[in-house]
Order: sequence, then structure tokens, then C-alpha cells
Amino acid sequence: MTTETKQETPLVDMRDMRVAFGGVHAVDGVNITLFPGEVVAVVGGNGAGKTTLIKTLSGAHKADSGTILINGEPAQIETPRDAKQYAIETIYQTLALAENIDAPSNMFLGRELKTRFGLLDDSAMESAARSVMGRLNPKFQNFKVPVKSLSGGQRQSVAIARAVHFNAKILIMDEPTAALGPLETSQVTELIQQLKAEGIGIFLISHDIHDVFDLADRIAVMMQGKMVGIVNKTEVTKDEVLAMIIMGKLPGEATQSDIEHLHD
Amino acid sequence: MTDVPPGGAEQIEEAVETEPRSFASLLRTLDIDSRLLGMIAALLVIWIGIHIMSGGTFLTPRNLWNLSVQTAAVAVMATGMVLIIVTRNIDLSVGSMLAVIGMAMALLQAEILPDIIGFGHPLMWVIAVAAGIILGAFIGGFQGFIVAYVGVPSFIVTLGGLLVWRGVAWWMASGRTIAPMDETYQLLGGGARGNIGGGWSWIVGILASIGIIWMMINRRRTRLNFGFNVRPVWADALIGAISVGVVLGGIAYLNRYYLPELLARARFEDAGQVYPEGGVNISQGLAVPVLIAIGVTLAMTFISTRVSFGRYVFAIGGNPEAAELGGIKTRWTIVKTFALMGVLVAIGAAIQTARLNAAVSGLGQLTELYVIAAAVIGGTSLAGGVGTIPGAVLGALVMQSLQSGMVLLGVDAPLQDIVVGVVLVIAVAIDSFYRKRSV
Ligand SMILES: Nc1ncnc2c1ncn2[C@@H]1O[C@H](COP(=O)(O)OP(=O)(O)OP(=O)(O)O)[C@@H](O)[C@H]1O
Ligand SMILES: [Mg+2]
Repeated sequence: MTTETKQETPLVDMRDMRVAFGGVHAVDGVNITLFPGEVVAVVGGNGAGKTTLIKTLSGAHKADSGTILINGEPAQIETPRDAKQYAIETIYQTLALAENIDAPSNMFLGRELKTRFGLLDDSAMESAARSVMGRLNPKFQNFKVPVKSLSGGQRQSVAIARAVHFNAKILIMDEPTAALGPLETSQVTELIQQLKAEGIGIFLISHDIHDVFDLADRIAVMMQGKMVGIVNKTEVTKDEVLAMIIMGKLPGEATQSDIEHLHD
Repeated sequence: MTDVPPGGAEQIEEAVETEPRSFASLLRTLDIDSRLLGMIAALLVIWIGIHIMSGGTFLTPRNLWNLSVQTAAVAVMATGMVLIIVTRNIDLSVGSMLAVIGMAMALLQAEILPDIIGFGHPLMWVIAVAAGIILGAFIGGFQGFIVAYVGVPSFIVTLGGLLVWRGVAWWMASGRTIAPMDETYQLLGGGARGNIGGGWSWIVGILASIGIIWMMINRRRTRLNFGFNVRPVWADALIGAISVGVVLGGIAYLNRYYLPELLARARFEDAGQVYPEGGVNISQGLAVPVLIAIGVTLAMTFISTRVSFGRYVFAIGGNPEAAELGGIKTRWTIVKTFALMGVLVAIGAAIQTARLNAAVSGLGQLTELYVIAAAVIGGTSLAGGVGTIPGAVLGALVMQSLQSGMVLLGVDAPLQDIVVGVVLVIAVAIDSFYRKRSV
């Protein structure tokens, strides 16, 4: 494991996190940190426990045990509402959109804008949605139709727009570009760099090793619920990361023949 | 007027000011809920069909007035059933709940309160109705609690409720008929005196027209303020004119239902005046239960489209997990939905017991099925997430029209049930076909 070079307090410090589903240890004693302005990629094979790990941070799933420190202070995160209190926003792998309502309603779901009489201010929400979307996916124009009638990529844009709108300090992105075309993906890439420059900490879950190397500062590799290791991007090669993902071997441990096996 | 719940049928964003080429593009320019329009068309077909078959006796002011009164209670309850079904639940206990609440309100005013505040007390009806509404909210909320927090499927909870509350209703009065109701309370059911007369009906109609125009202008202004597209002016003007025309035309037509001579004469004598020689036409005007139904429809439309509770109901129906992740208290929202259903059942119970001027333990039998059918005919999807309040009211009107029409045509009772059943299935079939093609 690489040594921590940064001295400041981490934005997020998760210690010894554990989640089990029946007999399956989905997250098994995981430690991970995230610093301001940093992108930490979480990678691993299917079922490695990536989604479950970040769900404990976003409040979608309560951890069985473990400690979460936000800015050095212990944080009780048991519901999505708790997480939002800490300015944690999440783009879920499943997108978490109500398909029967429109994009602005989804973006503001649970945090609706109200008029001074306490009524839903749909026009204000639409206006805000249009301006966020203008940054993200300027071609998006379907603001008044149910999300059901949007394409997969458009839905993903809605989910991203929601996370971006609320001035997150900590952003969790679970496969944010899985359904996006090349143009939209590059827009999201740009967005991530922009948010990073603003000092936001980002957990990025991705299966695309190229994206990971483009965007991440550190790469955390999970396998069967355990953290194989967290490495600085500048200190490893793609092959070494692949060896971690597939064989669970750290850069020093993987032999030349292991690496060659990867390319078979 | 074309307000739809989130994700309803507002199909088009760009309303461009061009010459409409086809009917479909006209609809698109007008930005109208085409499903609602289809239902109105179906209703008109049914009305005209029965009118012709009955030799011109269906679409008379008198018959339409009766139709409006008969539809009121089911329409009120159907608006609540929409929200229940939208959250992917069902309430089968509506009819039995109606019996319990009706019985409670009847017992209060016929047997309990008179000993305390005396017969004919002016607040009698207020206390009875308020007690009924609280009881309804409590029973509904209790069932909702079991659904949301204990996790028993609503089908089972309310199936149990159907049996339990029916038994309770019988037990409350040992099967006796409780009568009579308070004089003022009786007005809630319509009847000979329970209407507001021609003049007030016009005032209601004019206020409604002003309301429609005000809402349209307001909506237009807000959208323009935000720089959004609006309908072309001619489209707004056309929709406004048609809406106002329908409201005022409907009032004018209903106002041609006059008091029978006997009652008209009595009214003159009550006022100490002489009844004119050649007779006189006094309009009945809108019946009180119809006014209640209109009020409930407006309030429920407002709740489902303009406040966050309504938005949450639809979000839960669309994707319960997303609603939860959005931070919505989904369980509590379900409890509130069932409590609201209970309140509406109490209003329905008041209308029905007032109209009967009595409560019997068999009150409201099969009502749950009519209420569910009205919601479903009105476009509410049993899969959840989809439904509108005005649709459910139209659904109630369609069903009541068929029933009254068949009575008028002298159709045998068993055949009436068969027709209503077949129509229910056909309506849902058409709806699901339409849905597949449109989205
Ligand atoms: N709700 C659940 N109930 C039971 N088991 C679950 C649940 N969610 C996840 N698991 C199990 O936990 C393990 C980790 O799942 P998780 O979704 O975290 O994997 P992942 O790394 O996100 O995979 P993917 O790359 O496919 O998204 C898997 O074995 C999965 O079967
Ligand atoms: Mg996952």
C-alpha cells in the first residue's frame, strides 16, 4: 500500500466498514479516505462490493459496523437525508429516478422548490434544471415529459444534474457514464475535472480503466468485499491495476507471467 | 384546466405558432391531455347513444341533475382511490368503512347528541360531520400504518378491513336502521331542499369562469417570466373560451330543471307571498352534494399537482426506491394517503346517509368496487404511478351514466351488472393499448 502524503484532514474517512447480506460479506473491513479536490476511483469486478461500500456513505444502506468521519468528525449516516446534511450527493448505478415524473421533478425530488405560499414551484424547478443541464448536456430539451420516455443516456444526465445542482462537497458517482455516448462522456469528464478544481471530493466507480486513469488521483481496488489496495495513479501501470482487480495481487506481488496472463 | 400531475400527458414543449395541419398537431399545439379528451368523447358517445335509444329522455335537465347527484359520492371517494392506486396499493375496505362512519354519524345525531345538546341544534350537523371525518382519518390511517410500517400488503389489510368494518357497522346498532337525520345535515344529500337555486348556481358558474381565466393568465405569465415557451395566444383563448362555455352552458342547462309546482308553491307560502296564477319556474340549481364533489375534485387536484405530498405520492408509485433515496418519508406518505382516503369516505358517507335520511348496516355494500372501477376507468393504472383526479371523476360519471341510462331503458338488473363489468374491462383494454402506443 502506498503511504499517505497529504497532511490535511480527509473530507471522508471510512474505517473498518462492514456490511453482510446473510452469509455474504459484501463489504468486509474496508478502510478508505477522500481528500478535497481529489478523485478516488473505486474499481473491482462485478459483485466486489463497490456499490455496497458507497451506499453506506450515501445513507442508502446502513453499515453493520464501522466509523465514518466527515472532516474529521464522526458522522451518523443512517438515511439518505442524513447524507445530504453532510453535502454528500450520489449518482446511483440504478440512477434512482421515478420514471413517471419529469426531469425537473426528479432533480428536486425530496427537496422541491416552493413558492412563498409553500406550493410546488414547478417553473422555478424547470428553470434551474435547464440551467444545470445547459452545462452538462446542452442538447437536452425534454423537460416536461416523464423520464420513462427518455433514452438511457438522457436519464443518466438527469441523475448527474441532480447531484451537481445541490452544491455537493462530496460526490459519489457509481458508473456515471455507463450509458453515455462519447460526446456526453467527454462532457462528464470535463465536469468532473471542473468539480475537482472547485475542491469537491469525488468517489468514482467505474469499469473503464481508461476513464479511471484519465480522472482519478488514487485508485482503490476491491475484491470480494475486501480492499486489495489503494494506489496512486502516477505510481502504477494499467496492467498492474488489472492484476489487482483480477488476481487481487498488489503491484510488487504480480510477476511478469501474471501480467502476461492478463493479455491472453 | 389542463394541469396534469407530474409526468402526465403534457406531451409537447415547443408550442410553435403555426397553422395546425392535422387534429393531432392541433392537440399538440393546444397542449391538451389527450387521454382526458378521449374520456370526454366516450362520455358524450354514451350520453347521446342512450339519449337516442330512450327516445330523447336522457339528456333532459331533470335527468342530468339526478345524474349529478347520484355520481357525487362515488366521485368524491374515487379521487382518493386514485392516490391509493398510484402508490401501488388498493383499498377494498371503502364500502365497509362507509358503513361504520355513516352509522357513527347517524348514531351521534339521532341518539347521542340530542340528549346532550338537544334535537335540532344548529351545530348538530357540524359535530356529526367533523366526528365522521376524524373517524375516517383514523380508520384509514390505521390501515395505512399496517400497510406501511408492518408491511402487510394493502390488498390483505383492506380485505380484512372489508370484513371487520362491515361487522362493526352491524354491531354498532345491532342491525337497526338509525333515523332520522338532522334537518340541516339532510341538505348534504341534496333532496328537495338541498340545492342552491338558480341565482347562486350562476354565481358559482361565474366564479368558476373567473377562476379558470385567472389560472390560465397566471400560468402564462409565470412561464413567460421564466422565458419558457407558452401556447400561442389563440390556443389559450380557444381553450379558455371552451372551458368557460362548458361551465356556463352546463349551469344554464341544469337551471332549466325547475321545482315541482307543489314545492314551488310551498316556498312562496313560506316566504309569505302569493303563488302566481299561471305558475312560476324556480330553478333547483346545483345540488349540495354536487357542490361538495366539485369542491373535493378541485382540492384533490390541487393536492396531487401543487403540493409536495402529491408529488411524493406519484414518485413512490413510479419508483419506491428512488423516492426513499430522495429522502422522502415514504411510509409516512402511505399512511397519509390512506388517512386521506378515510376522510373522503367520511364525506361520501355523509352524502349517502343524508340522502337516505338514515343509516343502515348494509350501507355502502359494493361501493369499493364502484370507486375502484371509477378510478380505473378514469385512467388510473393498477401498476401504480399513473392517474389523474379529473379522470377518476369522469370515470365515476361514465359508470353512473351507464347505470342510470340502463334503468331508463328498462334493462334488467342482472344485465346492467354485465354491461358495467364489460365496460370496465374494455376501458382498461383501450387504455393499456393507448399507453403502449403513446410512450
Ligand atoms: N440488497 C442485497 N441483498 C443481498 N445481497 C446483496 C444486496 N446488494 C448487494 N448484495 C451482494 O453483495 C455483493 C456486493 O454487491 P455490490 O452491488 O456492492 O457489487 P459491485 O461491486 O457494485 O458490483 P457491480 O460492478 O456489478 O456493480 C454481491 O455479492 C451481491 O450479491
Ligand atoms: Mg455496483
